[in-house]
Amino acid sequence: MSSPRTTTRRYWVAFRAMLVFTAVLGLAYPLTITLIGQLVLPAQANGSLVTIETDTAGTETVGSALIGQSFTDAKGTPLPEWFQPRPSAAGDGYDAATSSGSNWGPENPDLIQAVIERTQAIEESDGVRAEQIPADALTASASGLDPHISPAYARLQVSRVAQERGIPEASVGALVESNMQGRVLGYLGDPTVNVLELNIALAGLKG
Amino acid sequence: MDVWLAILQVLTLVAILAALHRPLGDYMATIYTTTRDLQVEREFYRLIGVDARSDQSWQSYLHSVLASSAVGVFFVYAIQRAQTVLPYSLGFPAIPEGLSFNTAVSFVTNTNWQSYSPDVTMGYSVQIAGLAVQNFVSAAVGIAVAIALVRGFVLRRTGTIGNFWVDLTRGVLRLLLPLAIVAAVVLLTGGVIQNFNGFTDVTTLSGGTQSIPGGPTASQEAIKELGTNGGGFFNANSAHPFENPSAWTNLFEILLLLVIPFSLPRTFGTLVGDKKQGYAILATMATIFVVSLTAVTIFELNGAGTAPGLAGGAMEGKETRFGIAGSTLFASATTLTSTGAVNSMHDSYTALGGMMPMLNMMLGEVAPGGTGSGLYGMLILAVIAVFVAGLLVGRTPEYLGKKIGPREIKLASIYILITPTLVLTGTALSFAIPPVRADVEATSIWNPGLHGLSEVLYAFTSAANNNGSAFAGLTANTPWFNTALGVAMLLGRFLPIVFVLALAGSLAAQDKVPATAGTLPTNRPQFVGLLIGVTIIITALTYFPVLALGPLAEGLQ
Repeated sequence: MSSPRTTTRRYWVAFRAMLVFTAVLGLAYPLTITLIGQLVLPAQANGSLVTIETDTAGTETVGSALIGQSFTDAKGTPLPEWFQPRPSAAGDGYDAATSSGSNWGPENPDLIQAVIERTQAIEESDGVRAEQIPADALTASASGLDPHISPAYARLQVSRVAQERGIPEASVGALVESNMQGRVLGYLGDPTVNVLELNIALAGLKG
Repeated sequence: MDVWLAILQVLTLVAILAALHRPLGDYMATIYTTTRDLQVEREFYRLIGVDARSDQSWQSYLHSVLASSAVGVFFVYAIQRAQTVLPYSLGFPAIPEGLSFNTAVSFVTNTNWQSYSPDVTMGYSVQIAGLAVQNFVSAAVGIAVAIALVRGFVLRRTGTIGNFWVDLTRGVLRLLLPLAIVAAVVLLTGGVIQNFNGFTDVTTLSGGTQSIPGGPTASQEAIKELGTNGGGFFNANSAHPFENPSAWTNLFEILLLLVIPFSLPRTFGTLVGDKKQGYAILATMATIFVVSLTAVTIFELNGAGTAPGLAGGAMEGKETRFGIAGSTLFASATTLTSTGAVNSMHDSYTALGGMMPMLNMMLGEVAPGGTGSGLYGMLILAVIAVFVAGLLVGRTPEYLGKKIGPREIKLASIYILITPTLVLTGTALSFAIPPVRADVEATSIWNPGLHGLSEVLYAFTSAANNNGSAFAGLTANTPWFNTALGVAMLLGRFLPIVFVLALAGSLAAQDKVPATAGTLPTNRPQFVGLLIGVTIIITALTYFPVLALGPLAEGLQ
């Protein structure tokens, strides 16, 4: 065993070391990265915020390109004239302040029930059969903030959106195709459609 | 199609790791052996009162590890308790005692288990000045201990195994900090945020409201992966688009969490003077990695189970931009190291798919394992493999010229028994003590039936192996789990370190024995096969009965 004096000295060393580490790693390092981010890459560092031009010729921030958002009325009912994102388990849906998945297991009766209800809702709203609905439309993402849907789910919604807005299906369909993001480098991840960006383009198409 | 893309993705990762592991491994060998201190290091040693030239006995080295960690726990605990008076607390209250204890232990032990949801609990000051500091330090401690063990094989007839403070300082200043800075900038370009903006309230396109979070995330994300820590800045961890915005940042983060553990075998080979010894360890790690990754990817692509069957795929708890292959690759990498970050919710995996992350941790996280802890875990298994071979074919049990005698094999055996004891005891107690069981079932367990048992088993497996990932439906912010998991993390980290350093001391004191015809070659493919066999038999089989009660039973229903 080491003497009490050695032990005290050792803790005194550890204490001073931790103070210096906190100053360097806990303050200098994150502040340096913040400085770099804010000076060199401010758009990314501040959350890839998306602004649109308003009728009054000003601009307005409507969200982040990376964070999914709801297209529902005040009661949470999906608005059929917008492309709908995936189901979300973050708060009441796409609550960006409380990211979360459902954490429901594969045999959880709540999840089974939710998948059945979501299937029926889409069958009804879009007039499709259950087997035509892709998995991402029926399942909540890990973050609850997934900004993307699969190309299949976007295409499935074209007819409904076009009808609700009274514009030709072909132009809405073309919009979906032009908003398609392929796999990164052609093979990483899955092809996606960013719902917010698609809907912004959609709003422009109307006006 | 999906399968080929998945394979291509893995090949990309393998190619990058293959290119990086030599220069990085050699660099690490240099920084832990050179006798030259940088100017800034000399000043740091003077400031903290350390003589960099005095080597420590294994007991002294161990005491320094423990002192450093105890002070670390105190710092993180105190910062959390003081949250209200710190800047950028976002209006969150002080963290309660039980949760502060659990979190302090969690980050100091390189576990990063999170009983809390960071989005609604942790202000920026606690995250950067408390948690992230330990992300660096705990990773550097792990590497230091691994290097000390390697020195045990290299040194002869000496009572010392290096100086902990020097190893710690060099690990932080020469390895982790420069790499973290580069990684953070790369992540910034990919869209990971780095600001002190707090919440930005916006009116959404369809007229709703959304509160978009800010925070110094990129700096945290970089060291979270690089140090195999895993504690997310946000609740959704690396599934959150602000932590992991795209398929390429996803692959980059996987690379970050694998690069040091997969380079350390090279460091080991270089230090022991036989690079083939390093390659044998690397081949063992890589083989287990590929087999495990293949299994989980097949399970998830198949999407067995009622809900995945109805939905037409196992996409619950997965992000579109990563897809299934990008999710399972992350899940494998995070649980075969001690990281525990997640980009998909393991709780929602198919029954057998969700068993794989659990099994990965149960293997002891050695393929490639955490920063440092993976290498020392695998070297302990190598010692046991050499001993087993000695029993089987009558070879002299020796490894790298050091005799594996009764003392060495005892230390290695006790090491192996620690985590299974913690995992099985913790899980059993959760159900065996009536009031605890009532609380666990009523408050903590989220999914009913067999899956609920898996949640508790996963929690103790994760804590005792210092992983930090979870079947996250489990509500762990209860007195029982905060305490029991806190104890499991502490014992699961420091008891093994005690035995590793004791082994290092014991080996360093020996002279080298020359290789003879009776020596088992440990740098050839047959040793790799033996080591894989030993790893699977003595670790995974320990858990077979309890796996049969949880995920296996659920998957075979």
